[in-house]
Amino acid sequence: MNNMNKEDTQKASIDLALWMGDNALILGHRLAELCGHGPILEQDIALTNIALDLVGQARMWLTLAGDLEGKGRTEDDFAYLRSDKEFTNIKLVELPNQDWGYVIARQFIFDAHHLVILEQLCTSSEKAIADIAQKAIKEVQYHLRFSSEWIIRLGDGTEFSRKRMQSAFDKLAPYIKALTLDDPLTILAKEAGIGIDNKDVEEKAWKTFDAILSEATLELESPEYFHKGGKQGLHTEHMGFIIAEMQSVVRAMPNNKW
Amino acid sequence: MIEKDLNQIFQDRIDADDRIEARDWMPEKYRQTLIRQISQHAHSEVVGMLPEANWISRAPSLRRKVALLAKVQDEAGHGLYLYSAAETLGAKRSDLLQQLIDGTAKYSSIFNYPTLTWADIGAIGWLVDGAAIMNQVMLCRTSYGPYARAMVRICKEESFHQRQGYEIMIALSQGSEEQKAMAQDALNRWWWPSLMMFGPNDAESKHTAQSMAWRIKRKTNDELRQAFVDSSISQIEYLGLTAPDKDLKWNEERGHYDFGAIDWDEFWQVVKGHGPCNKERIAARRKAQEEGKWVQEAAMAYAAKRKQRAQDQQTRVA
Repeated sequence: MNNMNKEDTQKASIDLALWMGDNALILGHRLAELCGHGPILEQDIALTNIALDLVGQARMWLTLAGDLEGKGRTEDDFAYLRSDKEFTNIKLVELPNQDWGYVIARQFIFDAHHLVILEQLCTSSEKAIADIAQKAIKEVQYHLRFSSEWIIRLGDGTEFSRKRMQSAFDKLAPYIKALTLDDPLTILAKEAGIGIDNKDVEEKAWKTFDAILSEATLELESPEYFHKGGKQGLHTEHMGFIIAEMQSVVRAMPNNKW
Repeated sequence: MIEKDLNQIFQDRIDADDRIEARDWMPEKYRQTLIRQISQHAHSEVVGMLPEANWISRAPSLRRKVALLAKVQDEAGHGLYLYSAAETLGAKRSDLLQQLIDGTAKYSSIFNYPTLTWADIGAIGWLVDGAAIMNQVMLCRTSYGPYARAMVRICKEESFHQRQGYEIMIALSQGSEEQKAMAQDALNRWWWPSLMMFGPNDAESKHTAQSMAWRIKRKTNDELRQAFVDSSISQIEYLGLTAPDKDLKWNEERGHYDFGAIDWDEFWQVVKGHGPCNKERIAARRKAQEEGKWVQEAAMAYAAKRKQRAQDQQTRVA
């Protein structure tokens, strides 16, 4: 901690804020695609609530990234004027929506990690990070409760729904590990007391998985091989389309106020 | 008591501005009229989510993205209040939704028009929600209590939506030439369909007279349409845009704006299911419903299992 210079810790803080912001933004964007198309009106509303929370959190994280960077970049500069390669989100959040069960499974995997991450960040030595985490954590507690309930309901529902859920988890399993991968900046952030202890996040998230999935009569194992890359800007083939769509109006008519 | 007396007592209550509640006696035709109107209204909210949701992924700032998401979500909430209001009259939500995807129930035709640019989101909030508010403010005093109360909540949110829409139009009309052109184009395309939202002229409207007598409606289609035109013109002028109607002019004598003839052929074409997006809208709702079936079945199966387990537990304890 002592031999870290301010520049390094600042870099680590920006990196963290962008990672949190990008994950929330891209997952929020994916969920928002379902708005108006949900299977049941009540669930349409609930999922949109989560999308709203996530995009709201993304705004706080990206604004913070801009403040820490000190070059005058705003939340919209980050969202609308970066290329897909500059986005640091994990691949899990960019995967296209499939059926409702798959969407819920993806959400549950994210929520189980997200909650532990925010618990840790509530005590970050970087006050601005702790402040956002404290606001976001109340929302994410609800997200995890919602997704857990649906995992149990669909896993322990009909034979058809159990198969669907199991297949969703099988498809998503290789994307889980990337939520807790270390790199030099995350290690630095952890050592500086700013960031996340990935090992602890992983352990606690898997405890949640075990508890909920056993109740749901489903199985999930950490696969031997997993997909890395999102954080370093290497994404799935889907990411380019998300960015192209999201930024289309702003890119077509640049330098305007909206 | 014979039905004639009941009808008279009912009409006296209506005339005395009494609110009719779910358990009160009401003529069957009053009940059916309300179920039809409230469910059409609910369907309009739900189908109305689609053209706006079309732009959530492309909203040009995160602030706009959140506002639009929240707005479309509000529409889903309005749908829920209204389906609940219809259920107080003995209708079932599942039946009503089935009618929607069968194409036997109607919904507001305006949502069969496509949203082609970002400015359409501004125009819909401003004009379409604006026109809806004209209608809905009146419905806050409609004779059926549950409907009136649902409308009070809905109106509050709708006026917020209208301001949001107008704010998008202000940003565009004060922006670049390209943005202004986009705003004008949206006004051109949404103006006439917005006027059509009030329905046929009074002389052509088959439901108006009875609905007025029952105080389900308190103003006629033409009165509401005129009020909408009168209140919109200064808003158009403030934006520096032009209404797409060469016959539009202030009539000193009437104290109202005169406006051009509405293309009723287009209106009926869209009402009868041949508008630009009728098929797509219904297909989207059908897809949501069909893809949701297994989810509903699973949720019910799980609820039944839980109940059974709780009973088994009790039996064991006993």
